[in-house]
Amino acid sequence: MNLVELAFYGFSGLAILAALSVVFARNPVHAVLFLILTFISTAGLFVLLGAEFIAMLLIIVYVGAVAVLFLFVVMMLDVDFAEFKAGMARYIPLGLLIGLVLLMVLGAQFVAWETSPDASALRQTETPDATEVQNSVALGRVIYTRYVFGFQTAGLILLVAMIGAIVLTHRRRRGVKRQDILTQIYRDPDASLELRDVEPGRGLK
Amino acid sequence: MRSRRWTCRITILWLLMTLNDLTVVLPELVLAVYAMSALIWAVYSKGQQSGAALIWLTSVVLVGLAAWIAFATTGEKTAFTASFVDDSLSRFAKVMVLLSSAVVLVISQDFLRRERLAKFEFPILVGFAVLGMMIMVSANDLVVMYLGLELQSLSLYVLAAFQRDSVRSTEAGLKYFVLGALSSGLLLYGASLVYGFAGTTSLSGIAAAMVPDTTTLSAGHDVTKTTGLLFGMAFMIVALAFKVSAAPFHMWTPDVYEGSPTPVTALFSTAPKVAALILLVRLLTSGFGNIVADWQLIIASVSVISMFVGAITAIGQTDIKRLMAYSSIAHMGFALMGAAAGTSRGVDAMLLYMAIYLVMNVGTFAFILSMRRRNRPVTDIYALGMYSRQSPVHALSLLLLLFSLAGIVPLLGFVAKLYVFLAAIDAGMIWLAVSGGIASVIGAFYYLRIVYVMYFGTPGIPLDGTMPRSGLLALVTSAIIVVFGVVNLFNISQLSSVAATALFQ
Repeated sequence: MNLVELAFYGFSGLAILAALSVVFARNPVHAVLFLILTFISTAGLFVLLGAEFIAMLLIIVYVGAVAVLFLFVVMMLDVDFAEFKAGMARYIPLGLLIGLVLLMVLGAQFVAWETSPDASALRQTETPDATEVQNSVALGRVIYTRYVFGFQTAGLILLVAMIGAIVLTHRRRRGVKRQDILTQIYRDPDASLELRDVEPGRGLK
Repeated sequence: MRSRRWTCRITILWLLMTLNDLTVVLPELVLAVYAMSALIWAVYSKGQQSGAALIWLTSVVLVGLAAWIAFATTGEKTAFTASFVDDSLSRFAKVMVLLSSAVVLVISQDFLRRERLAKFEFPILVGFAVLGMMIMVSANDLVVMYLGLELQSLSLYVLAAFQRDSVRSTEAGLKYFVLGALSSGLLLYGASLVYGFAGTTSLSGIAAAMVPDTTTLSAGHDVTKTTGLLFGMAFMIVALAFKVSAAPFHMWTPDVYEGSPTPVTALFSTAPKVAALILLVRLLTSGFGNIVADWQLIIASVSVISMFVGAITAIGQTDIKRLMAYSSIAHMGFALMGAAAGTSRGVDAMLLYMAIYLVMNVGTFAFILSMRRRNRPVTDIYALGMYSRQSPVHALSLLLLLFSLAGIVPLLGFVAKLYVFLAAIDAGMIWLAVSGGIASVIGAFYYLRIVYVMYFGTPGIPLDGTMPRSGLLALVTSAIIVVFGVVNLFNISQLSSVAATALFQ
C-alpha cells in the first residue's frame, strides 16, 4: 500500500465516520463541527483526485461560509432538537424504507455500470492535460468561453436569490431613525440654528 | 511569451465567437438587462408608484419581445457551442410564454394594488422567471437546461411567498421551495448519470451516444443503453413531471395554488407549464430520441394518472383555486398525451393544446381575480350562487370558458383534446386516447358544477368586486376566442406544426 492509497483510505474513512457522527451527535454544535470535519476530509479526497481548485473551494465556501453560518444558526436560534427529533421519529420507518429502496436501486445499477464507447474520449476533450495547466487556469479557460452563458445565468440566479431574501424579510419600519448622509451634508445651518442674545437675568421666553 | 500570444489569439477568437452567439440570445439579453436596470431604477426612485409603473412597463417589454421573436427571427441558429438553440419550436414556445405572462401581469394589477402587493419586486421577479423560461425552451444542453429551470423556479418560489404577512402564502412558498429543491436534486442526479454514460452534456451528443453500434450488437450485448442511462432518464422525467405538476408528482400543486396570491397562481398555471413541457419534449426527442420505446410508456402512464387524478380528486373541492390546480393537473395529462405519442404530430398537438389551454386559463383567472366581497378576495365557488343574474356578461363568458376547459363539443377546448387524441391513436396508443376520453367525461362534472351554481344555485351574499377594464377585456376576449377559434384556430396550427417538425429533423 503506497502513500496515495493510504491517504485515500484515511480521508474516506474519516469522511464516513464524521458524516455518521453528524447524524448521531446529540449536541447540535458538535454535529456542525463534525460536518466541518467531513468537508475537510472530502477536500482531501479532491486533492488526491488532482482537483485542487475544487478542494480549496470546498474549504473556503463550505467550511468558511456555509458551516459557519450553520454554527451561527444553531447557536443563536434556540431550536429544541430533542422535540424536533421526536417529531421525526414517526416518519423514520417510512424514511428507512425509501432509503433502502433507493440504495438497492443504486446498488443494482453500479454493479453493472457501463458507459457509451465514446464517453471517455469526449470527457478528455474538455479537460486539458493536468501536467501542463493548473486546475484554475483550465477552469478559467472554459468558464469564460464555452460556458459563459451558463456562468452568467448562474449569476442571475444568485441575483434572484438576493432579491428574494430582501423582499421576503426586509421591512421598512416606521419610527426608526436612519442616517441619511445627503440630508446631513445639505443641512443648512440657517434653517436649524437660531442665535439669540440672552440678556443676563432674563432668560429665554 | 508563447503562452501570451496563445492567450491573445484565444481572446480574439472568443470575441468573434461570442459576438455571433450574442445575436442569437439577444432577446434573452434584452430581458435580462431590462430586469436589472428596472431593479436599479426602482431601488433609487423614492416614489411609491414605481411598482404599478413597472408592472405596465414589464408587460409592454414582454409583448414587445414576443412581437420581435415572432416576426423578426427565422431559421435555426445555435449559440455557445450548440448549448442554446433558437429554432421554430423555441420561438413558438417563447411567444406563448411572453404573451401569457404579460397578460397575467396586466390583469393582476388591480388585485395587487388592492392587496398592497404592487411592490416593484413583483414585475422584476416575473421578468426573471420569464427569462428562465425562455432559456428553458431554448436549452440544448443539460447545463443550460438546469440553469434555466433554476432561474425560473427560484423566482417562482419567491413569488409564491410574496404575500409574506399571510401564513398560507408563506407556507405555500416554503412547501414549493422544499419540494422544488428535491425535484431539482432528482434532475441533477439523473443528469449526472446521463453524463456519466454519454460523456457529454449536449443533447445531440447524448443522442449520438445511443446510436446502436453494430459491432457490439452482433455480440448480443447492447452498450448503447445501459441501466445507468435509463435510471438517469427516469430520474429526469420524474423531476420534470414534478415541475409540470403531473400526477403522481402533483402533491404540492393544490396547496401552492391555494396559498399563493391569486396573480401568482394565474402565472403558475400558465407560462411555467409551457416552458417545462417544451423542455421535457426537447429532452425526450432530441436527447433520448433513439430510445423512444423506453420512455413512451413512462410518459403515457404519467399522462393517464394525471388525467384521472385531476378529474376525480377535483370533485370534492369547493375552493376555486384548488379546483383550478386539479384542473391544471388533468390538463397536463392531456398535453403529455401528445408528448407520449413521440411523433411530430404528437408534439404539434401538444403545442396546440398548450396554446388553447393558456387562453382558457388566462380568461378564467381574469374572472377569479375579480371575485371579491367587502374588499376581500373570495375563492369559494358557492359564493357564485345565481351570479348570472348579477352580471350576465361575466357569467356567460365564464360559462363558455368552463365548457371549453371541460372539452364540450363546439368549443376550442374540444378541438385541443381531439388533436391529442388523434395524435395518440396515430401513434398506436388507442388505450391512451380512450382513457383520455373517459377522464374528460369525469372531469366535466366539476366544471359544470360551477356553471350550475352560477345559473341555478342558491343566492348568497353577492360578490361586490368590480372588474377592472383589463380583466373584463381578457375574460371576454378569451371567451370569444374559445367560441370562434374553432373556425380556423387563427392559423396557429400551421405555426405549431412547423414548430413541431423542428424537433424531428
